[in-house]
Amino acid sequence: MRRVVVVGAGPAGTAAARAAASFGVEVVLIDAAPTPGGRHRWDARGAGARAELPDEVEHLPESAVWAIEPVPGGHRVHVRTGPVDGPERTGRAIEARALVLATGAHDRALPFPGWDLPGVCTAGAARAMARDQGIAVGERVIVAGTGPFLLSAAVSLVEAGARVTAIFEAGDPVPGFITRPGGALAGWTKAGELARYAATLARHDVPLCRRSAVIAAFGKDRVEAVLAARLDRDWRPVPHSLRRFEVDAVAVGFGFTPQLELAVAARCDLEDGFVAVNAAQATSVPGVFAAGDLTGVGGADLAAAEGAVAGAAAAKLLGARVRAPIGAMRRVRAGRRFAAALAEAYPLRPGWREWLREDTPVCRCEEVAYGAFRRAVEELDVGDARVLELATGAGLGLCQGRICGRSVAELAGLPETADAFARRPIAAPVRLGELAEDVPVDEGP
Amino acid sequence: MRVRVDGEERIAEEGQTVAAVLLAAGRDSWRTTRFGGRPRGLFCGIGVCFDCLVVVNGVPDVRACLRPVAEGDDIRSQDGAEVPS
Ligand SMILES: Cc1cc2nc3c(=O)[nH]c(=O)nc-3n(C[C@H](O)[C@H](O)[C@H](O)COP(=O)(O)OP(=O)(O)OC[C@H]3O[C@@H](n4cnc5c(N)ncnc54)[C@H](O)[C@@H]3O)c2cc1C
Ligand code: FES
Repeated sequence: MRRVVVVGAGPAGTAAARAAASFGVEVVLIDAAPTPGGRHRWDARGAGARAELPDEVEHLPESAVWAIEPVPGGHRVHVRTGPVDGPERTGRAIEARALVLATGAHDRALPFPGWDLPGVCTAGAARAMARDQGIAVGERVIVAGTGPFLLSAAVSLVEAGARVTAIFEAGDPVPGFITRPGGALAGWTKAGELARYAATLARHDVPLCRRSAVIAAFGKDRVEAVLAARLDRDWRPVPHSLRRFEVDAVAVGFGFTPQLELAVAARCDLEDGFVAVNAAQATSVPGVFAAGDLTGVGGADLAAAEGAVAGAAAAKLLGARVRAPIGAMRRVRAGRRFAAALAEAYPLRPGWREWLREDTPVCRCEEVAYGAFRRAVEELDVGDARVLELATGAGLGLCQGRICGRSVAELAGLPETADAFARRPIAAPVRLGELAEDVPVDEGP
Repeated sequence: MRVRVDGEERIAEEGQTVAAVLLAAGRDSWRTTRFGGRPRGLFCGIGVCFDCLVVVNGVPDVRACLRPVAEGDDIRSQDGAEVPS
């Protein structure tokens, strides 16, 4: 098993694969998407070279990793290859001495009345649709939530031809936080990019309203209008500040939720809801490394730098002679400072709970209304996520709590909220017939 | 390439996802929920929410936001969800 398997071909995973291969070890890079580049394709337009892989990397596209298990001397990774969710996919198990997890993160969405209407989507969805597919999710769109990445979603929407009515930033970051030279962002290469976003938005007259949020969306079979409110420090709506906007789409994002299931299956320790790693990107489990959004969100550059460090460390574990990746480690340190400053500048405040009404679905899949949810929690002693699921139905649906898990854990007052729902036996959907199938095991060199 | 959306012929481009084809066809929902029969379409856009499930070539529960279209795909709206199947 002298091989590195990298899961996830975003900026982190491709950098890891490239680094490990440069030290002469065998590398297999697995990703569910047909092409490398990751969810947000940061470099698809600019430095296209980043998404291109050297020949030494064996890239398995359209391949979903649905389980990981420890085997003597390493891990076995279970893969299904073929068109997404198609029954014609083929199975395979690959063993590796070193495993790099780079599965990324997705936007966190908070529940609010009407968030289940078509036309309401995440900022990431709006951005990906606009940027990768050239389609704006609506003609008049409001972007709402918290964090600087809302700006890039808004810019992508504008570039795809949408009119962005406003950006509602629930937080109250220090004015100029993004563009100030010096301070938290010094040394962060993406700061210039964000300043450019701000300029584009100013040119298109897109107002950025601080301490404001979309607290309800209305419509019959799709969103037709929203209610926006000013928020107090704790994100409670300020009385008499409500305004109605006619829009046909809303893009929301309240920070990120890492895609933890494989890391949790491998039994990696977590810290503040992200995978804990040391300076070599090693997790608490020998032979398992993690990089990118999975360990904390700080943008594509940080993800790539972490990937480069993880790839080198994985190659070293296999016995390759490795030069210490000093440059990448320096970029990681700078990036982490930025990520920490980001997290601090854009915290979530508990007042969002006051946006909910009795009939607001807190779990989209099982359609569990807030009122029924609260009553179930009050009646039963709900001590952990399993009991919470069974008592309320929330988190039991198709997404297995990926969307609602953290929010319902917070609403129920569970002690551990960040990763309460991360323990899923199957990381990616497989059909029952596929589970029963015998698959070849590739033990590698 | 040619595909069908609920029986109607549409032109799609290489590299488009099924969700993009549906949105470009003016659709904002293509599934109804199991209990409330409520309409659903694109939400997370990256395969985690399972709102965008659709029937492709007779196979239900395909995530439209992740699935690239292929020549001749027959895309149909879905009632409820059938996973796991
Ligand atoms: C709305 C939005 C705006 C943003 N704006 C900016 C910005 O302006 N500047 C910036 O630098 N950053 C921005 N970011 C953040 C940036 O996208 C990320 O920090 C970066 O892309 C993380 O890279 P990654 O490699 O960790 O993960 P990703 O790029 O998410 O890649 C993860 C990969 O793992 C694969 N994967 C996951 N699970 C499995 C599995 N089980 N099997 C197989 N494959 C799997 C996925 O298919 C995916 O390709 C933004 C993010 C969002 C959501
Ligand atoms: S939109 Fe969430 S899975 Fe497709």
